[in-house]
Parts: sequence; C-alpha cells; structure tokens
Amino acid sequence: MGLLNLFAKPRPALQRLPSGSMTVDREGHIVTCTVSSSYPVDILEEVADEVLRLFAEARKAHLPLSEFRIHFASLHITAREARGGAFIFLSPAGPL
Amino acid sequence: MDAQQKILILDDDPVFLELYKEWLAQLPSKPEIHTSTSGARALALLEADPFRVLICDLKMPKMDGLQVLSIVRRRFPELRTVVMTGVQDEEFRSRAYALGVDLFWLKPDTQQNMQMFLECLESLLGRDNESGFRGIQSKSLMDILQMECLSQSSTVFRITRGSLVGKIWILNGDLIDAETEGARGEAAFRRILGWKSGTFETLPAEPERERTITKSINALLLETAQAMDEISNPMEGESPEEAEHRKTVWRLATLTREGGEWVVTAPNDPKGTPEGWGTQSEAELADWMRYANDAVQRLSEKVEAGPLSHIRAQNLDRKLVFMPAKNKTFLVSWPTSSDAGAIFEKSKKLITTWDS
Repeated sequence: MGLLNLFAKPRPALQRLPSGSMTVDREGHIVTCTVSSSYPVDILEEVADEVLRLFAEARKAHLPLSEFRIHFASLHITAREARGGAFIFLSPAGPL
Repeated sequence: MDAQQKILILDDDPVFLELYKEWLAQLPSKPEIHTSTSGARALALLEADPFRVLICDLKMPKMDGLQVLSIVRRRFPELRTVVMTGVQDEEFRSRAYALGVDLFWLKPDTQQNMQMFLECLESLLGRDNESGFRGIQSKSLMDILQMECLSQSSTVFRITRGSLVGKIWILNGDLIDAETEGARGEAAFRRILGWKSGTFETLPAEPERERTITKSINALLLETAQAMDEISNPMEGESPEEAEHRKTVWRLATLTREGGEWVVTAPNDPKGTPEGWGTQSEAELADWMRYANDAVQRLSEKVEAGPLSHIRAQNLDRKLVFMPAKNKTFLVSWPTSSDAGAIFEKSKKLITTWDS
C-alpha cells in the first residue's frame, strides 16, 4: 500500500520522562540538578514546589515526614527532607 | 452489541483523519465515526457524548497524546483507548500502556496490518464492560461454581482478587477442596466466596487432590450466602451500631494480625466522612491525604507520569503506605522495624480484604 511514507510527517517531539536528581532549597529554588538540560526547567520547579508543599502539609497534619517515594506507573519520585529543602530523585519506571 | 457505538479519532492531521474514517467504515459493527484535530476539542466531544473507543495519535501540538490519555483515563474510565502512532519507541509504548490504553498500534503500512487493526478494534467494540468475574460477565462466582458442578465437570479454579489468590478443586461435579491465604477446606471456600469480583482461570483437573470438603456444593453455597448476608446485614436482634462495632472489631483484628498500627480512609467525595482504626486523628490525616491526592494528580499530569500506584513514606516513628482504592484512599501505618517491601504487600492485602 505504501502508506508508510504518507505517515512520515514532521511532528512536534514528545516529552521524555525526567531522569536524575535535584536539590532544592526551602524556597523551592533548584540548587543542583543532574536532569538533562533538555528537560523544561519550569516543570522541574513545579515538581520541587509540589514536593515541598507535600512535606509542609504533612507537618501541618502532625505527620512530619523525612522521606516519601511516589510510585507512578511510569516514574518514581523519591524526596528526602533536608533542612526545609529537599533532595529529589526522578527515575523512570522500567519497561512493562 | 450496541449498533450506535461511537468512535472518536484524534489526530492533528486532517488528511489522516479522512483516511481513518474510510478505513473504519469497513468495521462490521458500523460504528459512528467522529474526528478531532486537537486534544481540547476531543475532550469536549467526549464530555458531550458517550463514546466507546478513542483512537489517539501521540505527537500533536499543544496537548500531546499522552496528556490527552492521562486526562481521559481519569474522566472517562469506561472509554476504551487506542494509540495509533508512528512513534516506534519502547518508552512511549510502556508509558501508553501504563496509562491504561487497551491497544498500542503502529500506524499500519500494509493492507494486512490494517486488517488486523480493524479486527482488534472490532473486538474492543464488542467487549462487555459490565462488572463481575472476568470471563463470564455478570455471573457471580456462586453461579459459575454451580454451573460447573451441575455439568459434572472436573477442574481447578484459580481465583484472583488483587493480591489475594484462591483455588477451588472440583472432581466429577463434587467440590473436594479449597485453599487460600493459609486456610484450607470449607473455611477457605467461604473466604473465596466472599470476594465480590475478580478474575478466574480454569486449570487442568487434579484427580489425586486430597478431599477435605465432604458437604455438597449446594449446602456450602447456602451456608456461605447466609454468612455473607449476616455480615452485610445486622444479625437478628442486632442494631446497626452493634453491626458496625462488629465490623470495626474484625477490621482491627485483621490489622493487628498483620502487624499494622493504624489505618485511615479518606473518601474521594470531599463531603464523605473519613474513618480511622487505631487512631483518633483521622480528620487531620484525611485532610493531608486529600491534599496529597490532588498534588500527585497535578504532578502526574505535569510530568506525564501515569496513574498513581502508591506512596511510601516514613519518619522516625513509623512507615506509611498511601494507596488509592476504588472510591477512597487508604493510609496504613506500620512500625519502623517493618520491611519496606513486606508492608507494601501487606497493605495491598489488607485493603483488598477490607474492601471485599
């Protein structure tokens, strides 16, 4: 049928999952980061912000956490509390 | 099958949409075909009308296919989803399946490939979505067992509900044995019959299996049905408060037996009342659980990480497992000395048992 060529159209690139680690201060600023520079920084900042707020909300509920690991289907996010900031590790889950 | 089933095709290229429409017109069930060139429009169409299947491209501007599928999975859990893409990349295939898609198909390059795709799609359109035991829809396990015994069959049923696994042995139409979670015989049979849903498979008969059950299947089914009624309804002379108390005692007993400290459940409905066993702080813990649920939802959509499986957390006093279930979220506390892998499995088992 020769349909393959028809489908070879230019398309926007799909976003890959982030892989690496980052250190954030208590304000949510990224201090160090090993995630590929091609990954959008604004998304990493949002991840950092959500992580810090999860720690803060847990403290409010009298459940102070030192560490948590979120298991999504495709990605694991591990966060360790560090003097108000956090170490955050992002690791894509293995193939099915 | 419903003759009016609808398929929505999402691709940013109108030329391909036209091609798809022509191809899908060959489907024997003749579904209504709708198209969309953007994720936002596709979501609006799905909101407006019930669709059976969404066929989605991956690479699209503004909102890509993974983002669309992530939203669709949450908002329309009954919708069947198919990815049809030119992206040959294991990472994206894995992520699509992790988002719960039913089918990941590379854009067909031959007539034969297209025909296979159409056959798969027809099968998806015909698949029943009713609840019950997968394999024989809308039949309870009791119905299935009765049918097997009436037909004088010899077989072994392997039944799975979440992390719980049970087996029931039938020989020449007689129930001879059952086994699950350390229980055997009638006790195991009653426990398995208490599972409201799950999956089962039939295994080859085992004529050499030792017989531990001598009662007839009908007598046992009757006894089990009565026992289940007594659990779900107040016993004779028992007030609803007393029945609730009995359930609480049973839950605490199962929690203690597994070595857990406390459990809190937070209903997904914000107006629902949280419940706690072994703790008095269920209200403030449920507030955090709801916050955490929203936060991980935002994270999942932002990073396109797929649905949440669970969260493990810890502090100096305890280890925690946070796990979403059907209509609520569970938070289970374990001693710090507990093995991290074991508490995840134990939490899953506990939640499955309590929810059954």
